Amino acid sequence: MAFEDIIMIKKIASITVCAQNLCRNFGAHVVVQGVDLVLKQGEVLGLLGPNGAGKTSTLRMLTGNLAPNVGSLNICGVDLLGKPQNAKAFIGYLPETPPLYQEMTVDEFLRFVAKLHRMQCHEIKVALGDVKQRCGLSGMGKRLINTLSKGYQQRVGIAQAIIHRPSVIILDEPTVGLDPNQMREIRSLIKELGAQYSVILSTHILSEVEAVCDQIKIMHHGRIIFADTRAGLQQREESLEEIFSQLTSSNESVATKDI
Amino acid sequence: MITTIVEKELKQLFTAPFAWILLALMQLVLAWVFLGHLDAFLEIQSQLMQITNPPGVTEIVVVPVFAMAAIVLLMVTPLLTMRLIAEERRNHTMVLLVSAPVSITDIVLGKFLGLMIFFVMMITLLAGLSFSLIAGGTLDFGLLMSNILGLLLVVACFVSLGLYISSLTAHPTIAAIGTLGLLLGLWVVDIVASDMDSFARNFSLLKHYDYFNRGIIDSFSIVYFVLFIVTFLILTIRCLDGERLRG
Repeated sequence: MAFEDIIMIKKIASITVCAQNLCRNFGAHVVVQGVDLVLKQGEVLGLLGPNGAGKTSTLRMLTGNLAPNVGSLNICGVDLLGKPQNAKAFIGYLPETPPLYQEMTVDEFLRFVAKLHRMQCHEIKVALGDVKQRCGLSGMGKRLINTLSKGYQQRVGIAQAIIHRPSVIILDEPTVGLDPNQMREIRSLIKELGAQYSVILSTHILSEVEAVCDQIKIMHHGRIIFADTRAGLQQREESLEEIFSQLTSSNESVATKDI
Repeated sequence: MITTIVEKELKQLFTAPFAWILLALMQLVLAWVFLGHLDAFLEIQSQLMQITNPPGVTEIVVVPVFAMAAIVLLMVTPLLTMRLIAEERRNHTMVLLVSAPVSITDIVLGKFLGLMIFFVMMITLLAGLSFSLIAGGTLDFGLLMSNILGLLLVVACFVSLGLYISSLTAHPTIAAIGTLGLLLGLWVVDIVASDMDSFARNFSLLKHYDYFNRGIIDSFSIVYFVLFIVTFLILTIRCLDGERLRG
């Protein structure tokens, strides 16, 4: 695809992620059931839910790591299931465990990721400096990844997800294992990214969602049981924590009620 | 895209001491065998002069060294192929490759070619060893080329099989043991195949290699090797593709 085409598509399609009726089961076990997601450019979506709710599976489907049994998936107007390579070029993904080659240096690793995403040599140089500065990795370029602390490894994980300036950034629990200061930094980074790109964020931390997300969805037993905007929540002066515990406490009758 | 993966594979291979140690050990063992055969050749050289049409230095020194090299590589390949995919899976880095706009075919071919470049280096060293004989006589270049080609093809077979086994598991050790087991099995087939009429003869990698070793380039052998390589590469691609569907 030519560069101009990509720019055109970015301008025309302000809807960056459009997933309809995603379903997935592992054998008889249903993990995700009828999930719909629509995300515009410049929006941050928070995906909440207890453990095993199907958040990670949903994100894996959105990034092409897991094929849905039923459903359609469009990333920036490109069908992810039909043209996976073109669609994946728009996505930056940080899985639960950051995918890092421990024996590479930070620079080597980020350069490899940029090349994988088909960036040109002169672009890479600029992007590398930019992304290191954004993620607080300046001066860490020559360090081997396995000598970095957990927090810094997480930052490298985020850096690899955004180095190629994707339109859609998908972060699976990005602040796990970070200290409060780092968490705050990452949150402000997500906010900053959210202004430019679309961000999907899965997390357990409710305050994080309240701080950065425009859209909030709660998943339970593979379904989306609550969907609202942050503005809507604030208007009705409802607390996310109450809603969350109400909906996801083991009460089955509440859990199956779709909203 | 393939070049990016090849580059990464080679970088990973050579930043660890393992590849260097292996190269050194291989060279040591093969040089030892080489010198042994050279010694024997020098001893019987005067007697060889008396027969008409005597076997040259290539037949007596180079051929057995290449035959030995195939056996040594059979032992060594599983150690190198085990980490190709199994380790990526264990370190959760496979996700990175799958999420990038790269096809599974590119990933598999990149890994295959990366390791093949390493083996080409190893075989170049071996060829260099053989070329050193020019200093004291003439070489049968046709026979040498046939040996080099045969060794390349047989190693490519080992690598493609190892790559496939590595794609089946998340434990490098299991991949190594599995590959070694299968390759040894193929070696056993070779022993069964020493009976001339045996059907198993057609399936033995080392038997086909033996033709190259003796300087016979049989098109059936080439086709067998190429089919073997392509089959296991396709199986690997299918296995990794299926992962997305199975989860």
